[in-house]
Amino acid sequence: MSFVARNRLSGPLADPAGDAGYPPDHPERVGFFTDTSVCIGCKACEVACKEWNLLPEDGMDLTGMSYDNTGALGATTWRHVAFVEQESTVDLGMPGMGGDQVRWLMSSDVCKHCTHAACLDVCPTGALIRTEHGTVLVQDDVCNGCGYCVPACPYGVIDIRPDTGGAAKCTMCHDRLGAGLMPACATACPTESIQYGPLDELRERAALRVSELHEQGITDARLYGQDPADGVGGAGAFFLLLDEPEVYGLPPDPVVTTRDLPSMWRHAAGAALTAAAVIAGCFLGRKR
Amino acid sequence: MTAAESYYGRPVLKPPVWKVPDVPLYLYLGGLAGASSTMALLADLTGRDRLAGAGRLAAAVGATASVGALVHDLGRPTRFLNMLRVFKPTSPLSVGSWILAPFSALSGAAAASELTGRLPGAGRAAAAIAGAIAPAMTTYTAVLLADTAVPGWHAVYRELPFVFAGSAVSSAGAVGMLAAPEESAPARRMAIAGSVLELVAARRMHRGAGLVGEVYQQGRASAVLRAARTLTCLGLGAAVLAGRSRTARVASGLCLNAAAAATRYGIFEAGRASARDPRYTVMPQRTS
Repeated sequence: MSFVARNRLSGPLADPAGDAGYPPDHPERVGFFTDTSVCIGCKACEVACKEWNLLPEDGMDLTGMSYDNTGALGATTWRHVAFVEQESTVDLGMPGMGGDQVRWLMSSDVCKHCTHAACLDVCPTGALIRTEHGTVLVQDDVCNGCGYCVPACPYGVIDIRPDTGGAAKCTMCHDRLGAGLMPACATACPTESIQYGPLDELRERAALRVSELHEQGITDARLYGQDPADGVGGAGAFFLLLDEPEVYGLPPDPVVTTRDLPSMWRHAAGAALTAAAVIAGCFLGRKR
Repeated sequence: MTAAESYYGRPVLKPPVWKVPDVPLYLYLGGLAGASSTMALLADLTGRDRLAGAGRLAAAVGATASVGALVHDLGRPTRFLNMLRVFKPTSPLSVGSWILAPFSALSGAAAASELTGRLPGAGRAAAAIAGAIAPAMTTYTAVLLADTAVPGWHAVYRELPFVFAGSAVSSAGAVGMLAAPEESAPARRMAIAGSVLELVAARRMHRGAGLVGEVYQQGRASAVLRAARTLTCLGLGAAVLAGRSRTARVASGLCLNAAAAATRYGIFEAGRASARDPRYTVMPQRTS
């Protein structure tokens, strides 16, 4: 199938915007590199995102999960700061209070703007599109709220907004990008934990940063989502993490579901032909 | 999995937002309509007029009600039409809409001609084309579920179309037995063969799913699927006896249709359960 041969459904893809049909002079692909080793959990990104994108509040409930009262990414939360409170015997090199030490891992999560975006692939109306910047965007006026993108996303990012009935997620501040500005979250981040820029440049910077941390003895530091050969063809928003991805609520090895779609259609066709053959077989024999 | 290996035990994925009973009904009715339509075509070709008429009516009622269930889930009829603004091979819902729309229109026309006696030639042609598209109706919904990140659905994408095909054939056979008793021999054979196909495919599906297979064996999904299996076996047994006994014929017809609806709901529920528990997202990705 030509889709598979040209890596249209999965695998490395150098230029998603070009693949989507933008002319060769389209802007370069941009993304986020979120370095959680310098995140201080201030939630400025969450607030800036809400402010800029006019997103409503999600309710004022306390989750009881460390300092996280947002819980997860959702239709009206496009940046979410996770607080992982680990009680362990980690030696922080500080005077102890006796008993277990506590360490906090903080990480600002966001839509991954995948190279192969399952949400975009399965959208039946064309409401989800690849933008000229290589990001993934929901066109609100086209979305009919069918909700197919919701279970398709391997990261659990996109959801249906209760107030509009349409699907919604991070746009990477598409309106700001068009005006030559940085996304609101990256602009507001006081520690440069959220870095925005051309994706290739961010990948180089991230590789440097992770080797720097390894030299400092922080061997748990690892990059997540930067590999163009991974299950989603490399994410447009990737992370430097200090523990396993699932600790932060991220899937360890996500795969774009449409990778298997040719096989799914083949099995469905086989089953449909089986059904036809079974029914036809039942009509053989004596008439009554 | 300990709490440290997921983010406060929260799901990684967003569970499907599709409503109950709308979507399970949509899955059941689409299968019933598809297999009924092919049954009608073959009955027509072999000169069984009563069975052909019953099949056409079941196809039209099933397809129309299936569109109704989809529209109810979406909220507004225009949203179904919005699905037809593009054709997207990577979206099973788009492909499905393009199967469902002509199928339901043709089945409706065939049934209208059947009921009114007008334009019998056109009605027959419509029924014939619908009957040829129809096997696709019985299995595309399996791809619709499987082409998601939902572990319980994606893991079984090879077997699911065969479960749906078997279930569709048996429920259509059951309708044929109920509605056209004097020509019910092929319908009875459909009920038997479809049930056997469904039982065998479901067994393979539960065994081949690995860790995620647990969701089919616990909680509400397990109870519903057990009920479906019992009803299928009862319906199958009754179908064997239905050649001689009117009671057995009616019992079989009712059991098999209840079983088909329960099968769809059970599988739907198992998928939702698998999306809610981070174990089923994280652990298979860790071992693969």
